[in-house]
Amino acid sequence: MNSPAPAFASVPSPFGAPSGPTVRAVHDQFHGDLLEVSMGPQHPSTHGVFRMIASLDGEQIVKLKPVFGYLHRNHEKIAENTSYLASMPYTDRLDYLCSMSTNWAYALAVEKLLGQSVPDRAQYLRVILAEMTRIVNHSCLVGFLFNDLGTSFTPLLYAFREREKFIDLFESLSGSRMMCNYQRFGGCRVDPTPEWLAAARTLIENFPRFLDEYERLLTGNEIMLARTQGIGRLDPARAVNAGITGPVLRASGVDYDIRKVDAYGFYSRFDFRVPLGDHGDTYDRYMLRILEMRESVKILSQAFRDIPAGPIMDPKAKQRGHRPKAGEAYARIEGPKGELGFYLLSDGGPNPYRYRVRPPSLINLTLLEEMCLGHTIADSVVILGSIDIVLGEVDR
Amino acid sequence: MDTLEQLRDRLATRFPEAQVVFVTNPGASAEHSLLLDAAHARDIAFFLRDDPALRLDYCSNATGIDWPEKEITDVVKTSVPDPAGGPAKIVETKSVRVQPGYLEAVYHLFSVALKHGPVVIRLRTANRSDAVTLPSLTPVWRSCDFQEREIFDLFGIVFAGHPDLRRILMWDEFKDHPMRKDYVEPADYEWEPTAHDEVLDKAKAFRASVPSVAARKETAS
Repeated sequence: MNSPAPAFASVPSPFGAPSGPTVRAVHDQFHGDLLEVSMGPQHPSTHGVFRMIASLDGEQIVKLKPVFGYLHRNHEKIAENTSYLASMPYTDRLDYLCSMSTNWAYALAVEKLLGQSVPDRAQYLRVILAEMTRIVNHSCLVGFLFNDLGTSFTPLLYAFREREKFIDLFESLSGSRMMCNYQRFGGCRVDPTPEWLAAARTLIENFPRFLDEYERLLTGNEIMLARTQGIGRLDPARAVNAGITGPVLRASGVDYDIRKVDAYGFYSRFDFRVPLGDHGDTYDRYMLRILEMRESVKILSQAFRDIPAGPIMDPKAKQRGHRPKAGEAYARIEGPKGELGFYLLSDGGPNPYRYRVRPPSLINLTLLEEMCLGHTIADSVVILGSIDIVLGEVDR
Repeated sequence: MDTLEQLRDRLATRFPEAQVVFVTNPGASAEHSLLLDAAHARDIAFFLRDDPALRLDYCSNATGIDWPEKEITDVVKTSVPDPAGGPAKIVETKSVRVQPGYLEAVYHLFSVALKHGPVVIRLRTANRSDAVTLPSLTPVWRSCDFQEREIFDLFGIVFAGHPDLRRILMWDEFKDHPMRKDYVEPADYEWEPTAHDEVLDKAKAFRASVPSVAARKETAS
């Protein structure tokens, strides 16, 4: 590896710098054999059918290999055998907590391939729904993270209580709670009524109160601090090289938010800040999500204030039977979990010749082993929880 | 950042023996790409990553594309003058040539430090059967680790120099590469609880010992 040496040299690692797959444990009278533990695929802490093969020296991890593919259904091949529009419902199933933003990423890629423009109102709706999705995802993630810490569901059910209000709105808008299938190429599918917008606005106005309550319960918690601070540190240079994106990257202090960098959609019109972490540990990754939710609330209140009237669909856009001319396009958004990209290659036919999803959940796991080395097996569960994966997207 | 044409010229002066081809994207996105030759790809990749003006330190997306061999029919129209003095006849001569197939790996590079991109680079194998080795770019960008494993798994490109080249999504004993265009899914890979029509026909080929319903009725009567 030519990647730079870890900058966190002050963190004592019992095995020196992580040096690839074989880190030898000490063998003397005080150290026994290594124990190999297969966590998953049916382990509750792996958030789905994900498997980690960990070698333990006592309780400490000396080697950890992730195993994927238990939920693989070759989503890309399915999409190459269907029309562009027919893949839209399939994208809901990638990251089934965030179907609204996944829809947007796919619509963005096809619009780039078609050269299709989107009316203003639809752009605002996309921002609104993507930010609502981000809030849902982050609040659930925090709940799941505390589940991994052993709080046994209390924070998770607090988060789910709030999430229920959001997905009720998603349901009344799109017809489905989780599999929304809402975006179209050139706009959105349904126009929300003024009542819907008012209800969403009220929900967002009240959300900071929930966040305050949530934080009062969790942020200063002594066990939480002991279990997360200094655990699973991620060096910024290594994280960039390994393609880590989203909150995990920003928790390491790298200022890279695609909403700011690419300013896709109408994000350049909104005033918001990008929270950054300092230490790159699990605590920073938790705190960053809380701060991002507060920024999302800011974006949403601006969006509800500024959303214009007008069409939600470009009148010249084709409804179905899209045949983009030959070419390729790569579009990406700042999804709640990281950079979600779609790469499409058209040969002029009704189906994409090549359809590729760049899954943030999978690529954020690249450095899982390095983050876990030297920590205990119980910490690996928390580190994995703080990365935030959804197996529908990891395995596709 | 300079345009892709300027980048190609810079690479040509920096690596005079390397072949860098500009690949035009005719689509609406107009994201053009650079085709690198396999022998110099890793050197060029290191240059792209470390050059202070480029600093493409982040490889976002790595993926494969399968281009099977294609039969292309060329039609040449020649006009043959009529010896009787009438209007000239147009004769079409068709010739079929086979365009050899290849596998392609595409990388989308961005710069986190300078916040620009994407720069798209592509690598091509010589064919689809025996010469499918490309240099791995995982030593340059660690983010290619799982993605190159996925390309190896689903397309069958072998990445030389990859630290851990194993199948990632399919199981280790699996033989074929499902994302190739000529992939035929095995007919007996799972048990179908409500076998009907097409599935039943496929299953028959593998379970010749099981007589069909009609045959069983005949033996019973």
